[in-house]
Amino acid sequence: MASDGATPAGVGPEASPIARGGLPDWLVRTITALIPVVAALLAGAVVLLLMGRDPVAFYVNVLNRGLFSWLGLQETITRCAPLLLLGASLIVAFRAGLWNLGVDGQFLLAAVIAAALAPVLITVLPVWATLSATMVVAFAVGAVWSLIPALLKAYHGVNEIVTTLMMSFLGISFANVLIKIPFNDPETTVPQTLTLATTNRLPRLFDTTINFGIVIALVAILLVHWVMTRTAFGLRLQVVGANPRAAMHAGLSVPMLTVLTFGLSAGLAGLAGAVEILGVWGNVRADWDPAYGLTIIPLVFLARFNGPAVIGFTFFFAILSIGGESASRRADLPNYFILVLVALILVFMALTEWLGHRRGLARKA
Amino acid sequence: MTASEPPHPSDAQAPLLSLVGVTKRFPGVVANDDVSLDVFPGEVHALLGENGAGKSTLISLLSGMQRPDAGYIEVHGAPRQILSPRHALELGIGTVYQHPTLVPTLTVLENLMLGSAWTRRMDIAATRARFDELCRTLGIELPGEAVLGSLSLGQQQYVEIIKALWRGERILILDEATSMLTPKGVEDLGRVIARLRDAGMAILFITHKLTEAVAFGDRVSILKLGRKVGAIAPDELKTLDRDAAVERIVDLMFGSRAEAEVDGPRHQRDIDAGRHPVVIEVENLSAHAAPAETRVEGIFFTVHAGEIFGIAGVDGNGQKQLAEALAGQRAISGGTVRLEGQPIEGLSVPQRQRAGLRYVTDDRLGEGTVGSFPVSLNLLLKRIGESPFWRRGVIRHREVDAHARRLIERHDVRTPGPHTAVGRLSGGNIQKALLARELDNQPIAVVYNKPTYGLDVNNIQLARRAIRERADNGVATILISTDLDEILSLSDRIGVMLGGRLVGIVENDEQAQRRVGELMVGARETAA
Amino acid sequence: MDALLSAPFLTALIAGAVAAGIPLLLAGLGEQVSEKAGVLNIGIEGMMLMGAYLGFVGAWWTGSLWIGFLFGAAGGLMPAALMALFCVRLGLNQIVIGIALTLGADGITALLHHVQFSRTYPRLPRVDTVAIPGLSDIPVVGEALFNRHPIVYLAVIAVPVIAWVFRRSHVGLNLQAAGDKPAALDAAGVSVVSTRLWAVLFTGVMAGMGGAYMSTVGAGIFIPFMTGGAGFIAIVLAMLARGRPSWVLIGALIFGGSLSLTTALQVGGVNVPTDVVQMLPFAMVMLVLVIFGRRAALPAALGLPYVRGQR
Repeated sequence: MASDGATPAGVGPEASPIARGGLPDWLVRTITALIPVVAALLAGAVVLLLMGRDPVAFYVNVLNRGLFSWLGLQETITRCAPLLLLGASLIVAFRAGLWNLGVDGQFLLAAVIAAALAPVLITVLPVWATLSATMVVAFAVGAVWSLIPALLKAYHGVNEIVTTLMMSFLGISFANVLIKIPFNDPETTVPQTLTLATTNRLPRLFDTTINFGIVIALVAILLVHWVMTRTAFGLRLQVVGANPRAAMHAGLSVPMLTVLTFGLSAGLAGLAGAVEILGVWGNVRADWDPAYGLTIIPLVFLARFNGPAVIGFTFFFAILSIGGESASRRADLPNYFILVLVALILVFMALTEWLGHRRGLARKA
Repeated sequence: MTASEPPHPSDAQAPLLSLVGVTKRFPGVVANDDVSLDVFPGEVHALLGENGAGKSTLISLLSGMQRPDAGYIEVHGAPRQILSPRHALELGIGTVYQHPTLVPTLTVLENLMLGSAWTRRMDIAATRARFDELCRTLGIELPGEAVLGSLSLGQQQYVEIIKALWRGERILILDEATSMLTPKGVEDLGRVIARLRDAGMAILFITHKLTEAVAFGDRVSILKLGRKVGAIAPDELKTLDRDAAVERIVDLMFGSRAEAEVDGPRHQRDIDAGRHPVVIEVENLSAHAAPAETRVEGIFFTVHAGEIFGIAGVDGNGQKQLAEALAGQRAISGGTVRLEGQPIEGLSVPQRQRAGLRYVTDDRLGEGTVGSFPVSLNLLLKRIGESPFWRRGVIRHREVDAHARRLIERHDVRTPGPHTAVGRLSGGNIQKALLARELDNQPIAVVYNKPTYGLDVNNIQLARRAIRERADNGVATILISTDLDEILSLSDRIGVMLGGRLVGIVENDEQAQRRVGELMVGARETAA
Repeated sequence: MDALLSAPFLTALIAGAVAAGIPLLLAGLGEQVSEKAGVLNIGIEGMMLMGAYLGFVGAWWTGSLWIGFLFGAAGGLMPAALMALFCVRLGLNQIVIGIALTLGADGITALLHHVQFSRTYPRLPRVDTVAIPGLSDIPVVGEALFNRHPIVYLAVIAVPVIAWVFRRSHVGLNLQAAGDKPAALDAAGVSVVSTRLWAVLFTGVMAGMGGAYMSTVGAGIFIPFMTGGAGFIAIVLAMLARGRPSWVLIGALIFGGSLSLTTALQVGGVNVPTDVVQMLPFAMVMLVLVIFGRRAALPAALGLPYVRGQR
C-alpha cells in the first residue's frame, strides 16, 4: 500500500515545507491567513455589540489612531520593533520544532539587565559602543535563560513547553527582584532602574519619533527568514524540526542543534528586550511586563513561520494595539479587548487549518 | 513439535472458520487473490507467508477491520459479514495481534477488565475467577496483580491470548505471535497452543517462520503474493519428518512454479579477485544494542567491487542493526570496517557518505525522508551544505533544482515536480527518490536494506534492475532482504543472519536455495 | 531567627498554604485527569480565570458562595468545552488552542469586569468558616487547618475520591488507557475521543471551582489576571504527581506555602520582597525537573490526537 505522507502529527509545530508546487500558492496562503483575521474581527464586533458598543465606530477609531494619524503611525511602527524581534525568535524555535514559550521571561530579564548596564557603560564608552555592547549582553542573557530547558530537552527529553513556561515566570520575578534590589535607582520613589538619557538611546530616524530599533528588528527577522530558508544551517534545523529521526539518519547532531536553536531563539527575545529599553523607555520600572510573547505566538503561526508574512501580521497587530488603546478609552473599555481579538484569531485559524486539512484529504481520496 | 498426540481432526468435522474465494484489492495491489482456507476445531492451521504475502490483510478481514471485495467468510458454517473488531469477538473470533493491544501501565486484571461500561462496578472477584480458569486452560501461571509492563514479553503474550478467549471465543487467530519471544518463550507458547487445540479450539497460526509453521501447524497453507500457492493437509504432514516437511514447504514457496515472474534469470557473475578488488572488509564487528534489540556480534565478511553480497535471514535477526552500524548511524562496540582498505568505523554518517559508502534504509518515511520537504531537498538530505548546492552555506536553487531534475529523470521518479513534498508521492516513487539519492555521486559501496519491501511488482523490478546495474558498474553491494527470491536472483554470494550473527556464507549456486533455507532456520551451520 | 518559629508565623504560614493551595489542588486534580487521558491542557489557566470571574459574579449576585462555586464550575466548563471540541473532537493543536483560551479568558474577563464593576469594585463579605469541633482548638495548626470554609474540606475529600476512581473503577481504567495506549482502549470497544472529552470537561469544572475559590473565599474580589500563572503551576503539579492525587495535595500545600511565605514572614517580622518569594514555586519546579527530569512521567500519548490505525 502506498503510504500517506501525512504531516508529522503531534505537539510540535507543524513542519512547513520551504517551497511547494503550484502557481497561486502564495495567494492561497494569503487568503487562508486572512480568513481567520476577518472572522475574528467580525466575532469581535459581535462582542462589542453585546456590550452595547458600536463596533464600526470602534474599528474606525482603531484605524484612525493606529494607522491614519501621523503620531499614531509612528507609535505603531515603534511598537513593531520588539514584536518583530520576538517573531524572529519564535520563527527559529518553531521551525526547528521546539516550543519556546518562555520568550516573555527572556525578554524581560534581558530588558532589565540592559537597562541596568547601559547607564553604567555610557560613562566609559561612546554611545554606539554602549548600545552595541548592551545589545550583545542582552542577547546572551536571553540565551543563558534558555539553557536549562534546552539541556533538559536535548539530553533528557523533558518537555520544553513546561520548562520554558516555568523559566518565564521565574525570569519575570527575578527581573523584578533585580529592579528592586541591586539595580534600583535610589533617586526615584517607585522602584526602577537607572535611566538612560534620551540622547544616548537608539537614534531616531529622520524627524520622527521612530527609533533605530525598527531597522534592527526588520534586519533581524529578514535575516532569520533568509537563514532558515536559504542556508544549510537553517535547513538542518528544519530537518530536526520536521523529522528528528531523518536528522539522525542524515548524521546531524540533534542534541547540539536543539541547544543551539534555543540559544538563538532566546537570544533574539533578549535582543527584543534591549531594543525596547534602549529605543523607547530608557529604564524598567518594577512590575512592568508587556507580555508581548504570548500574543505574538498566534501571529507567527498565522504567518506559517514565514518572515515577511510575520512582518505583515505584526504591523496589523501593532495598529490594533496602538489604535486599540485609544479606541478602547473612547469606548470606555479596558485595553484587553485586543486579547479577545487575538484569541479569536487563534481559534478561527485552527478551524481554518482543520477545514483545509479535511478538504485536502477529500481531494486525495 | 510437542510430544502429545493430537486428537485426530477428521475432515468430516465441519470447519469453524472458512474463507471462500476471498479477494481484497488496494490501489495497485491485489493483497488477497481468491484465497480459500478452512480452520477446523481441534486443529492448528499454520498460514505461512513472507512479508507482503497478504497476511496482514487477511487478518484485517477476519477481525472485521476491512471487508473482502469478493468471496466471503463463513463462521460456524454460515456466511457472515464481520463488521468490526467488536463484532468479530461476538462471533467468537479472538485475535492476538502482532502489535500488543494492552496497556503497559495497568495490571493484568485491569487490562482484562478494560472495556466494560463505566457505570459498572469493577468486579475484581469475578475477573479473577475467569482469569484463573483461563490460566488453567492454558496451563500457565500468571500474576494477576502485576503491572503488565513488568512482565516478560512471553507472559504479556499469554495475557493477550487470555483476553482473546475472554468471552469463550472458540476461534483463535495468532498473528506473528512469536515475533517478540525468546526461543524458550516460543517453546512454551507451543505448549499452550497445543493445549488449546486439544481443548477443541480452532487456531489459525499466522507466521513467516518456516520452522514454526512446521512445529506448530497440524495443517500448513502457504500464501505468496496474495495467493494461496500450496497447502499440506494433516494426513500428509504427519507422514513427513521435520526436514522433509521443511523441504516440501520450501519447494512450495520458492519452487520453480513461483519463480520467474518478478525476477529475471539468476544472475551470477564470476568475481575475479584480480579484476575485482576487495572494497568492504568487515572484521569481528559488534554493535551496541538497546535492551530489546538483537545484538549484532562477531560479524566477518568481505565484498568485492562489482559483487552483490546478499544477507538473508528472518526479519529481526540483526540485519537492521548491522546496516546501521555500517552506515555510521549506530555506535560500534568492537571490530573494524574497512572501505578500500581505510578503516571507517570512526567516521560519521556524512563522512562515510562522502567516502562513497551509501545506505538505503528500509524505513523510507520514518527516517529516509522528510515527508513535508520537497523532493529536491530530500535528494540532498545527506549532503546539506556541500558544494555546488550550497556556496558558503547559502543554497543555490538553480543547482539544487537541476540536480533534482537530473535524478528524477534518470531514476524515473514520478513526481509533479522537484518541489512537490516527497510525502505525497507513492511508496514506489519515494523508494526511487531514495535510490537516486544514495546512488548518486560515485558510490563505491552501497548497503540496501529491504529495498523492495512494500513495493508493487513493477517497482520491485525497477529497483532490482537499478541495484544490478550499479553492481555491474563496479559498486560493491550489500543486499539485506527477507525475500529469499530477491536474494537468490541478485546475489553472487549469500550470508545468512540468525540471532545477530552471520551463521554462514554460501555461493549462489544450484544448492544455494536449500542451504540458505536451512541456515535461516538454524538447521545447520555451514562454513563459507 | 526565633521569629520564624513563633506560633503566629507558623499559623500564618499554614493558613496561607491552605488558602493558596486549595485552588492549586482543585485545578491540579482536574489537570491530572486530563493528563491521564492524554490531553495536555494548557488552557487551564483560562479555565481558572473564567471560574474566578463567574464564581465571583455568582456569589455577588446571589449572596451565596455555593452558587458562586456552581457559577465558577460553569465558567471553567465553557473554555473546557471549546478545548474538547477543538482539540479532542477535531484533533487541532492542543498548545495553540490552549494559549488561545488563556488569552481569550484574560481578555474577556478583564473586559466584562471593567464593564460591570470598574466603578463599584464590590467586595464579598468575609466568608463563614466551619470549625471542626475539637480539632480546631489544637494550638498553631488548629485554626489554620480546621476552621475553614466547607469547600476546603470538600477539596481535600476529593483527593481520596479521585484516587479511588483512578484505581478502582472502570472510569479510571479507561482514562489511563486513553493516555497510555489509546489503541488498546479502542480495541476494547471504548471510544478514546469521548473518554478524553469527559476528562477535559471535568478538568474545566475543577479548574473553574479552583478559580472561584480564589475570587470568593480567597480574595473576596475579582481582579483581572488574578490567577497569575496558577494554572501553569497546576499543570506542573499534575505532571510531577505522576497520576497520584495525594501527591497533588502535598504539592499544592508546598506551593501554596511558598506563595504565602511573604505574608507569613511579615507576620513573623522578617521583610523579604514579594518577588523573591514568588520565584520560589517556579524555582522549585525547575529544581525538581532538573533532578528528576529524566524520569518525569507523562502518558505516552500525551498531547497527540488519537487517529485510529496510527500507532
